[in-house]
Amino acid sequence: MNRISVRKTHKLYIGGDFPRSESGRTFRDGEAEHAIEASRASRKDLRNAVVAARKAQPGWAAAPPFLRSQILYRAAEMVESRAESIAASLATAPGTSEKSALAETHATADLLVHYAGWCDKYQSIFSSVNPVSGPFFNFSVPEPVGVVGLVAPAAPGLLGLATALAPALAGGNTAILLAAPGHAATALAFAEALATSDLPGGVANILTGLRDELLPHFASHMDIDSLIVHNTTRDQRVAIQTAAADSLKRLTFPEPGRDTPPPYDILNLQEIKTTWHPVAS
Amino acid sequence: MTTKRKSTKPHRRTANAPENSFVAGGFAPAPEDASILRLDTKPRRLLIGGKWVAGASTRETINPATGEPIATFAIAGPKQVDAAVAAARRAYEGEWSALPAAERGKLLFRLARLLQERSREFAVLESLDGGKPIRESRDIDIPLAAAHIFHHAGWADKLDYAAPGRRPRPLGVAAQIIPWNFPLLMAAWKLAPALATGNTVVLKPAETTPLTALLLGQLIEEAGFPPGVVNILTGAGQTGATLAAHPGVDKIAFTGSTAVGKAIQRALAGSQKRYTLELGGKAAHILFEDCAIDQAVEGIINGIFFNQGHVCCAGSRLFVQEGIADTVIRKLKRRIETLVVGDPLDKNTDIGAINSPEQLERIQELVAAGKAEGAECWQGPQTLPRRGCWFAPTLFTGCSQSHRIVREEIFGPVLAIQTFRTPAEAIEKANNTPFGLSGGVWTDKGAKIFKVTGALRAGVIWANTFNKFDPSSPFGGYKESGIGREGGLHGLHAYLDLHHQSPTMS
Repeated sequence: MNRISVRKTHKLYIGGDFPRSESGRTFRDGEAEHAIEASRASRKDLRNAVVAARKAQPGWAAAPPFLRSQILYRAAEMVESRAESIAASLATAPGTSEKSALAETHATADLLVHYAGWCDKYQSIFSSVNPVSGPFFNFSVPEPVGVVGLVAPAAPGLLGLATALAPALAGGNTAILLAAPGHAATALAFAEALATSDLPGGVANILTGLRDELLPHFASHMDIDSLIVHNTTRDQRVAIQTAAADSLKRLTFPEPGRDTPPPYDILNLQEIKTTWHPVAS
Repeated sequence: MTTKRKSTKPHRRTANAPENSFVAGGFAPAPEDASILRLDTKPRRLLIGGKWVAGASTRETINPATGEPIATFAIAGPKQVDAAVAAARRAYEGEWSALPAAERGKLLFRLARLLQERSREFAVLESLDGGKPIRESRDIDIPLAAAHIFHHAGWADKLDYAAPGRRPRPLGVAAQIIPWNFPLLMAAWKLAPALATGNTVVLKPAETTPLTALLLGQLIEEAGFPPGVVNILTGAGQTGATLAAHPGVDKIAFTGSTAVGKAIQRALAGSQKRYTLELGGKAAHILFEDCAIDQAVEGIINGIFFNQGHVCCAGSRLFVQEGIADTVIRKLKRRIETLVVGDPLDKNTDIGAINSPEQLERIQELVAAGKAEGAECWQGPQTLPRRGCWFAPTLFTGCSQSHRIVREEIFGPVLAIQTFRTPAEAIEKANNTPFGLSGGVWTDKGAKIFKVTGALRAGVIWANTFNKFDPSSPFGGYKESGIGREGGLHGLHAYLDLHHQSPTMS
């Protein structure tokens, strides 16, 4: 008799754990025979993820940049070492060959290596000692905006997740990432790589679920500082921007063909803090 | 116009004040001569496309120190907003973009020089229209405004160095809505980077303080800026709302209240317009036991009474470590007793007039709430002038984090004092607010300075000083205090499109 394979339950990634949705709900994600029962994150799951992200944020921001750098590099190692299984999941998406899925997985590892290298460099680029007129030492430094909501692009399925997440994490933010439709299994495989990469629990949280259901809650949540939403319609942007005004969220709606390249995508999730101190005469 | 007396009226007023009722503090009067302004009764018009045109209606601007009208100005309606945006677009697509960057910079240098030449006139007008002491308008507002324009002038032909790897481009037409607390300075903060980066502007001054922006408009003409590069629309809130929502505008820069900032973010929903918001604050000013107390007391005075406390970054929440609280409060009261409250045009004056009856009411309401919620109120002994809008310097002790005077921006000369025991407690209380514009720390320990300045969630932190500003120093808030920075290298990014790669990058 052939061996019975051990199948995977597709869950969420919150606070370093892999819980099911607190709602007990699932949804059918993916095409035809590749479709899975994915956890359908609820508003409460999002809130839990924000709590986990907020709790992890000060520690992640205070971690030495060299350490953040090594942890992101470790994430790249984990993606590389799991490349075949991640690619197999990615290849189930329509229009994706096994070969292109593997290439995308390798590109994802390379992207994480690239951002690992930014962790201790963007500060020098975006900091300044300001030549004020007066006896003061005055300097400006970037600081992470805090907790970031990321709604992943519809494609590419894996590289899109990493492209959204890496600039946030490299810059000392913690994040809640909502996977794109059709890519729940890939997002979970990516989460498993992150979970084994020394990334502290809560720094990256990954949800699967229905975008239309969760978007309003991402927009209105008072403890999400910044929100980046890919593939929006004008109506969605109106709704998000309206709901996000109460918390004065920093919003970005990436436009196709107008990418913000590194390190400006890192800067996009930073605040600039300026400090003054007198110089004795 | 006189302000209504309320049960919460701040302080006693002299009956039948004589002509020199402003004089206080034992100084002989030293008023600036307002005749330099050559004020006439002609209604002020709008600057649109290089021409001065009438608005939809008119309104009077009032001297808040006397309640008397100064001048009549135009209220721009939707038609004038359309015309101004169209003029700005024509200038952007025409002459302004064709002008070499270095020449653009030279026009700004010229403007800065013109402003310096006529700084005395601007200072008098600013104090007359807005109520701020001449000492501040003369020594801070006007020189800083000129410095801001001069500083940014030099950026015009160096923008490639402001964003490594990028080829920055202007955004187009910028709508700039400015507040009444630093009318000319905020106009300069907004105009200078917008113009240096090659944008054109429609500027909307605040309704209670339109005059210095209009005078600046004359200098802009005199400097030789092409028509339509800067358009000035005076008006009220509705004018600003119409302008911000106008489809022909590419970028909005707003300074004002958090409530209006949120309304702007809602109004822009779905438009893809860029925006920067510089909003309210409730700065924590933290004194540790090892600080230089006398210097810190000066810092507190400057932090909360500068410009009558009409300052978004005012140090309005004071946190004093328990061991020195009694000493600090005693010294603070003694220092407040020496402050001269009165005629904004008098060079001795420390605290001028409250900007408008509406703002006075807001201050009175919050002070009444402070008393009703159980905080202990102490006010300076100054005799307030009988006419106009005034409020005595005010301290509250025994405040708790839940009091409205601790949570809400008062925007007046009112300080809420709390105590703390440990640095961790001070940081926790300081950050426990939706605002995050500024903060202050006083201690003689270097390591403690960096621990606390690093932990405060705010955009500008003053250590062993307070309320310092410079064109090269970025200013702006975290959290609900705003989005984006003004000033310095970082302020340029707010007016640039950085999506284009530099040709030298591979």
